[in-house]
Amino acid sequence: MIPLEAYVAVSAILFMTGLVGVLVRRNFIVVLMCVEIMLNAANINLVAFSHYLESMAGQMAALFNIAIAAGEAAIGLAIIIVVFRGKIATNVDEINILKW
Amino acid sequence: MMWLLFAYFSTISIVAGVMTVAFRNPVHCGLALLTLLLHVAGLFVLLNSEFLFAVQIIVYAGAILVLYLFVLMLLNLKTEEQHLHRKYALVLFASVGIFCELLFLLLQSPYGGVKGTASPQVLLETGPSQAIGITMFSDYLLLFEIVGVFLLGAIIGAIVLAKTPSTIEEKPE
Repeated sequence: MIPLEAYVAVSAILFMTGLVGVLVRRNFIVVLMCVEIMLNAANINLVAFSHYLESMAGQMAALFNIAIAAGEAAIGLAIIIVVFRGKIATNVDEINILKW
Repeated sequence: MMWLLFAYFSTISIVAGVMTVAFRNPVHCGLALLTLLLHVAGLFVLLNSEFLFAVQIIVYAGAILVLYLFVLMLLNLKTEEQHLHRKYALVLFASVGIFCELLFLLLQSPYGGVKGTASPQVLLETGPSQAIGITMFSDYLLLFEIVGVFLLGAIIGAIVLAKTPSTIEEKPE
């Protein structure tokens, strides 16, 4: 039987990988991909706790998490297309129109 | 056997995550993300949630990742010389520090709680997918409807954002 801590550790490592990616990368599509890594880490955590506590709640939360991730990807990529079409920028640190 | 599978899935998913962050070419990043998603789906199987395994492969690897690759091909982004921020070493250092503290706190905290009703015996009697369906359409019905409305809003928002701007004013009539 694999202990719960192993899953929690894997999830933490994946989450920090995604966080580093969001902070470090310049290409905006790759930044969105790193957000997906973080969401996946959260899903592993939810499903692991759901399994070890013998409850259905974690699996339901993970399901809704996947649905929200789909919506987030669609909206984010639409924004990226708008930004790219306006020849505003190709990198995250060049998009600063809304900066005060 | 369980340990072997767990070690395989977790190692490959972590390596694929690091590759997603580190690769220079965005298409290679997308393929590494695909590897990560498939191996996380394998972890879901080890955790007795077959339905989430199927949803992960169909929705994440099938729909979301194809959307990413589609936009990558559409925009035809060039691989840049400098794909990381200039001060990335600072971020890396701070993140490793935060990660060590996080792991320390997670591993020393006692996990426990009230066990729910979905024990493995109950799941084997009803079937895992059926148990998820019954829970979703009884206890989580309101959330299910809210997610439906959210997805409708996301569809409308994406269409409105990505629509080509109207060219009515450009036509001399």
